[in-house]
Amino acid sequence: MIKDCKKILILGCKGCVTVCNVGGSKEVGILASLLKIARKTGGDTIIVEERTLERQCDPEYVETVKDIINEYDAVISMACGVGPQFLSEMYPDRRIYPGVNTTSFGGAVRHGVWAERCAGCGTCVIHMFDGMCPVARCSKSLLNGPCGGSSKGKCEISNDVDCIWDKIVRKKMEQGRLDDLLVVKEAKNWQTARDGGPRTSIREDIAE
Amino acid sequence: MNDLKAGSNLEKVLKAGHFAFTGECGPPKGANVEHLKQKIAHLKGVVDSVNVTDNQTAVVRMSSWAASTIMLQEGVEPNFQMVCRDRNRLAMMSDILGVYSMGIRNMLCLSGDHQRFGNHPQSKNVYDIDSIQLISLVKKMRDEGKFMNDEEIDVPPKLFIGAAANPFADPAEYRVYRMANKISAGVDFIQTQCIYNMEKFRAFMKKAVDMGLHEKCYILAGITPMKSVGMAKYMSSSVPGMDVPESLIKRLQGAEKGKVAEEGIKIALEQIEEFKEMEGIAGIHLMAIEWEHKVPEIAERARLLPRPVV
Repeated sequence: MIKDCKKILILGCKGCVTVCNVGGSKEVGILASLLKIARKTGGDTIIVEERTLERQCDPEYVETVKDIINEYDAVISMACGVGPQFLSEMYPDRRIYPGVNTTSFGGAVRHGVWAERCAGCGTCVIHMFDGMCPVARCSKSLLNGPCGGSSKGKCEISNDVDCIWDKIVRKKMEQGRLDDLLVVKEAKNWQTARDGGPRTSIREDIAE
Repeated sequence: MNDLKAGSNLEKVLKAGHFAFTGECGPPKGANVEHLKQKIAHLKGVVDSVNVTDNQTAVVRMSSWAASTIMLQEGVEPNFQMVCRDRNRLAMMSDILGVYSMGIRNMLCLSGDHQRFGNHPQSKNVYDIDSIQLISLVKKMRDEGKFMNDEEIDVPPKLFIGAAANPFADPAEYRVYRMANKISAGVDFIQTQCIYNMEKFRAFMKKAVDMGLHEKCYILAGITPMKSVGMAKYMSSSVPGMDVPESLIKRLQGAEKGKVAEEGIKIALEQIEEFKEMEGIAGIHLMAIEWEHKVPEIAERARLLPRPVV
């Protein structure tokens, strides 16, 4: 996609992607070197500029490249999927590409391993399930689980995936609160999730 | 007739106190109606109702409602299966209306195997609602004559509502409560997962009876006869939530050459005899996978024929 571009700007982000080791200044540096080596091997040249912004999900930081961005044929954002979109909104005539494949809302369960914890569904149910979310963590998002495929604490889809319902049930039983699960949970209203269309959150007290 | 919920043959057989016998039939992997009709023919007059699976193991097949309709035309009562994997609530409700309109009177509500098992693992899964919410939905449509959103239905669908129970999945101690939840949601009958570990199943049923669950819904014990040692080993190691004891595999291995399938049938027949006497069991559900032609023989040898006419 950037084969014909001679001047590239790689923009890292100091937020979540830095913490996750995918889009901070270190990774920006690595990508820049790779691009230069690849071009040189192909007998071509390239100019690559590296910058890492405080965040790419706030216009005030995206704005900081306004004086230089026009010098480049293409911009690669190393932020999550939000970054390239904030960039393309502020600089509509620029060619903006994502440098990171955003996967999920998760956390580092151990060094170098991130696991999903939240589906961002807009109607949190974690309080009903003792701090665990079946919407994000059950392969079928069951609100009345576990299904018949739960085996030895693992999900039917893979032995590498924990059955979150196994954990929910065990905790409720161990703590004598099984009754919480003997009430059928009603169908979820997905309007607040992506199913309801793109979402906008407004804090009335601070919105301008 | 008025006190029947749906008026299906299965409902009448169970209500009259007969030991029910249901079968299973997977729709073809294509539009091969002739092959489907052949499979159906083996079951005609032999069972009270036949489950028609819905893209089982997440492999695309002829739709369960269409195959159920063909089954009706062939004079066999279908038990239409619906999984939550492939349809959102709109599609579910419209299919429920559709199958009722076509004369279908039984419906089994299932979560469905995850699409990762099937032949289109790339697909998006739906799971708009889960199997227990589906039970509530079918019951609401039938008994209140309302859609999920409380709008009135112009001629509500009257279906005899079924669900599955797997006594062998984990956490084992929770399984009877999950079945109880399905009963609270409004299920009329339960068909269990294939039973091989009888000891575990007896314990499960004892708990169910102690909780009085057998008085609130009909429980049918699931049986799948083993055709070979390979099948037993595969079920033991690769099918989620299946409990095949080592002793059963040994018994099959001990059978004479060419007699393994017969040994599998003998085991099934012994199970059926025990289920006939087991407290809380209202019948059996025979899932003879791609072995429909053996069902008449099994029914005969299990002294389940002729089927009651009610």
